[in-house]
Amino acid sequence: MSEKTMRDAINEALHQAMAADESVFVIGEDVAGCNGSQGEVGSVGGVFGVTSGLYKTFGPDRCIDTPISESAIVGAAAGAALVGMRPVAEIMFADFIGVCMDQIVNQMGKFRYMFGGKSKCPAVIRFASGGGFSAAGQHSQSMYQVMTSFPGLKVVIPSNAYDAKGLLLQAIRDDDPVLFFEPKALYQEACEVPDEMYTIPFGEAAFVREGDDVTVVAFGQMVNRAAAAIDALEAEGISCDLIDPRTSSPLDEAAILESVEATGRLIVVDESPPRCGLTADVAALAADKAFHALKAPVKQVCAPHSPTPFSPELEAAYIPSVEKIQTTIKELMAQSR
Amino acid sequence: MSLPKEKLLRAYRQMKTIREFEERAHAEIMNGQIAGFTHLYTGQEANAVGVCEHLDNDDTIISTHRGHGHCIAKGADVIGMMKELFGSSEGLCKGKGGSMHVADMEKGILGANGIVAGGPPISVGAALAARIRKNGRVAVSFSGDGSVNQGTCFEAMNLAVVLKVPAVFVIENNYYSEHTNISYAVGCDDLKARTEGFGFPVFVADGADFFSVYEAAGKAIEHARAGNGPAGVFAETGRFHGHFVGDPQTYRAEGELDDLRENSCCLKNFRTTMQASGELSMEELDAIDAEVMTLIEESVSAAKAAARPTPEQVTEDVYINYSGQASA
Repeated sequence: MSEKTMRDAINEALHQAMAADESVFVIGEDVAGCNGSQGEVGSVGGVFGVTSGLYKTFGPDRCIDTPISESAIVGAAAGAALVGMRPVAEIMFADFIGVCMDQIVNQMGKFRYMFGGKSKCPAVIRFASGGGFSAAGQHSQSMYQVMTSFPGLKVVIPSNAYDAKGLLLQAIRDDDPVLFFEPKALYQEACEVPDEMYTIPFGEAAFVREGDDVTVVAFGQMVNRAAAAIDALEAEGISCDLIDPRTSSPLDEAAILESVEATGRLIVVDESPPRCGLTADVAALAADKAFHALKAPVKQVCAPHSPTPFSPELEAAYIPSVEKIQTTIKELMAQSR
Repeated sequence: MSLPKEKLLRAYRQMKTIREFEERAHAEIMNGQIAGFTHLYTGQEANAVGVCEHLDNDDTIISTHRGHGHCIAKGADVIGMMKELFGSSEGLCKGKGGSMHVADMEKGILGANGIVAGGPPISVGAALAARIRKNGRVAVSFSGDGSVNQGTCFEAMNLAVVLKVPAVFVIENNYYSEHTNISYAVGCDDLKARTEGFGFPVFVADGADFFSVYEAAGKAIEHARAGNGPAGVFAETGRFHGHFVGDPQTYRAEGELDDLRENSCCLKNFRTTMQASGELSMEELDAIDAEVMTLIEESVSAAKAAARPTPEQVTEDVYINYSGQASA
């Protein structure tokens, strides 16, 4: 066990999965890097460095650079998976789902159902997602909230290095197609991560904090911010459950409902816009199945109904802050019946 | 090729403006003054200028993530652009888009674009409008060697032929789609032939030579403007910086960047040509250099002093008018 960044934890998971199973391979833009150039092939390891070293260890057949062709990358992963391989494809930015939506949604995500349960497609597609880099409207979106709406796809959103490793190993082992969203603002965040392989089951939420007054459900990049907000409120005598669902599909409804039954108050935090998003989804769950327990309205803390702005000040106002989460918790306590 | 003196002076000024805008942007990014992901056009200036010198204000261009040069060449306000890079609400896009999304509809600039090959289909639409309106306009899409492997690029090229629209596909081959060389990423040996296979002529240029690009682009644009359908320009070029600012550029050969700056500099080449022909004096070019430096300095001072956006502005401009719930 040692402290590892989320980048290194994912990288370690990839190394271990590829060493353990010859059907696992990595494909994407610059996952090796420098192909065709005078430089050393493999010296890039993805634009965020997540696939670093894979080319050197596993060679060109298992760490495969592609042209900039997102549809073909996803389709190639889907096709290889359909015939028994376990590809891990990288789409550099989650926003580029816009380019390859058909291959993900209409193809990969529906094979099994349309084919009467007679196929499996154990592909993993990894994406760097979310804001925090002033990368503006086409390089900052979460996209996982959109993809959660499609039956047939599993959707994973790790919030820390430990979960990232265990969830990715589970994703690779899983026989269904899995979309794995890595909040890019967390790549450098470190925590204790075991050296050996382990998996974290899908649909099993983590209780990051435990408390009595409010249930806070937060996704991805927002988990740390929610934890900071909750910790700061401890001094004011407010204690909260903080639930990190870790996978939005499947969603651990039981954990959320159990907590809401106990606290009677729910705040859902995500960095995506509100409409048809994860905050609305979890709010609807509580309204449907825990209405009797609610002492106050369910609150969504999320981005506004707007694309992600470029300017640092605007982006800071766009992504939910620790202060905004804190204020919402206090407001909720004040207006409870 | 002989061009009017005024045109020569303008072309040089435009290339120099792009060069100095980019080099100063680089310095300001390194100083921490500019946030986000920035992709610099340094080294490729002759391509943007060689093409845009054939365009009127009402012709359109669409650009890429490496878009500053195209926007300046098409007439974008340099001060407004610098303010945009600095994230000011006085920027060309009010600080909403930044480097990757500089646009100016008044100048026929349909935007820099963060999606590789996001632009070519849109330029087909602008060209279709020109065909329907019979107004003689052309629509140029700039894209790079990385874009030619995207489905959107193929689809746009074919649709442009099918609809016989005045679209001009300018492909700037700087040899690297991010960190991967074209020799790996493009499967065929002859990209020009592959492109011509769609059914339109492609004119080849030396992207380090303004006159070469100007000539090739002239043929392509004339072809499109005359109603013959789309045309292409292929320019071989080199970027003097990485894919983005901060790119360690491990794909470069030893000495490659020095060689590019020494031997593939469009500004040096332009001066050499002028010196040989005597059409412009070095003093005239030096005077432009000085004026450009003043303009760039002014743009940075203005950007640093410009108004910062306020949180309420986050939800402005999502729609022109929207009666639903506009914010969370």
